Amino acid sequence: MTGYIEQREKEATELRLNESIASSERPKPPSAVASTLTFATRALLRIKHVPEQMFDVTVFPVIFLLMFTYLFGGAIAGSTEEYLQFLLPGILVMTVAQITMYTGIDLNNDIRKGIFDRFRTLPIWLPSALIGSLLVDVVRYSMASVIMITLGFALGFRPEGGLMGVLGAIVLILVFSFSLSWIWTVCGLIVRSEKALMMISFMVLFPLTFVSNVFVDPRTLPSWLESFVDVNPISILATAVRGAMHGTLTAQQVIWVLIVSVIMTAIFAPITVYLYRNKK
Amino acid sequence: MSRVVNASYQADATDWAIEAKGLVKIFGKHRAVDGVDLTVRKGTVYGFLGPNGAGKTTTIRVLATLLKPDGGSAEIFGHDLSKEGDEIRSRISLTGQYASIDEDLTGMENLVMMGRLMGYGRAAAKVRAAELLKAFGLQDAAKRQVKNYSGGMRRRIDIAASIVVTPELLFLDEPTAGLDPRSRNQVWDIIRALVGSGTTVLLTTQYLEEADQLADRIAVINQGKIIAEGTSSELKASVGTGTLSLQLVKAEERSRAAEILEDKLSVAVHLMPDSTSLTAQINDSFLVAEALSELAKNQIAVSDFSFGRPSLDEVFLTLTGHAASQEPQPEEGGS
Repeated sequence: MTGYIEQREKEATELRLNESIASSERPKPPSAVASTLTFATRALLRIKHVPEQMFDVTVFPVIFLLMFTYLFGGAIAGSTEEYLQFLLPGILVMTVAQITMYTGIDLNNDIRKGIFDRFRTLPIWLPSALIGSLLVDVVRYSMASVIMITLGFALGFRPEGGLMGVLGAIVLILVFSFSLSWIWTVCGLIVRSEKALMMISFMVLFPLTFVSNVFVDPRTLPSWLESFVDVNPISILATAVRGAMHGTLTAQQVIWVLIVSVIMTAIFAPITVYLYRNKK
Repeated sequence: MSRVVNASYQADATDWAIEAKGLVKIFGKHRAVDGVDLTVRKGTVYGFLGPNGAGKTTTIRVLATLLKPDGGSAEIFGHDLSKEGDEIRSRISLTGQYASIDEDLTGMENLVMMGRLMGYGRAAAKVRAAELLKAFGLQDAAKRQVKNYSGGMRRRIDIAASIVVTPELLFLDEPTAGLDPRSRNQVWDIIRALVGSGTTVLLTTQYLEEADQLADRIAVINQGKIIAEGTSSELKASVGTGTLSLQLVKAEERSRAAEILEDKLSVAVHLMPDSTSLTAQINDSFLVAEALSELAKNQIAVSDFSFGRPSLDEVFLTLTGHAASQEPQPEEGGS
């Protein structure tokens, strides 16, 4: 038997329900900018509620920088301080490049949890869902860069390019990383599980970041390896970032970074949007 | 068994929320949806009833523009599914089988986000979110992350997110799966209130009681095909008007009991999946009394019996159990 109080409670709920449902108006669908900002807000809220996810942009850079400076410094350059001048721009590139893969993992989680389906039935400009979270990722990459450069400075890193050079270097890294992220969004949409996705990302990123000019001068390598290192996009970026930080940046170096970024975006952004729209 | 065909169920084209013809969706070699014809009248609840893997979810995902059909056509409020996706998306909403909510965000944040994505301004989205949280009895949980919600609360916030702007057509995929009875009743109340305000609801369920309680019309789906369609009463009538259900004390007496009933009363007897129950199609209450006394004469003890219209469970078992051996019916044959 339903008790009197429970009955009253139920009636009150029904009343509120009916009112809430009936009072609903029908606003115009949001603009592309509004929906992009909403998705960016979502990503920021996620950082607020799950601060652990910031480990990759705070702890990783610190560990990487300390580890490689003191591990290789003496052996490769004779002294850690000298090596740091060479290493820091490169390891900054490497760290941020590795962080980009989390973009794909977040998207993959959305798909498996079903919220992706809800977004896809909304009357919105669909790419805004991706661009919104990529914008927040750019904030994360900036944070990793600032942390790493600050620590480097404390360890004795002295960029000859000055503040403007450092800022320019960060901008180059952000442009490149934003473009690189589209590769992971494609993978995130295709691959079924987070584990497989991690594996693919590592398989691509590990050789790409290590077989580059991040750690060593490619002139010391066998010639077949040297020619690969020279065309490796990570090397292209590391060269430009080094140039910017040490005041030797050339227009050609910037143009190469932009060309690589445009190519990655032009190929993988449309594929991402197509897959997003037509996901089974 | 006869398929339910309702000639009186005819309406103007403008009355339809969904009109689908011969929908097909194939995954590899598996025909997940295999020629589904469907008409759903505006402002009603339509139930898809079927076991796991019958093609209910796939059909919903096709109709909600999430999957492209491999065959057939459909109109949602007169808009072509293949050409007018945006028109359709602005009128529908989908609540998937798994809570399609960001679990790391709070209930309030989720609803505000949905409001913004539906086109509300920042302030209006907050007002609407607060209103919905209150209506759904979640105001106390507004500032908690959804991952800390109970199953029932999760389901409610999920439905709330679907009706931030009340949709004209709401798809609910197994809205009460895994809920306790009280939460289930709350979800049912919400669905009734929605329909009361004019929303059309298409829901899938494995629970016959749910279809019975909520749906104006029911389609029974099995292996991607609609094997029966009609109101709950029509479906029950298609199986038989009266059913005597008996539960015996001793399992070993069941075959003898079935024999006696078939011989003396000449009725069809079905053995149920458990070892002690059987049902018989009987239209006459005097025969029921006779059946019981026949069993008593033969010293067969009955622990429980009931007489009435068949439950949807029985309808379902009869329909799906015999579907394979039946000749293909013209209405549902592969088109």
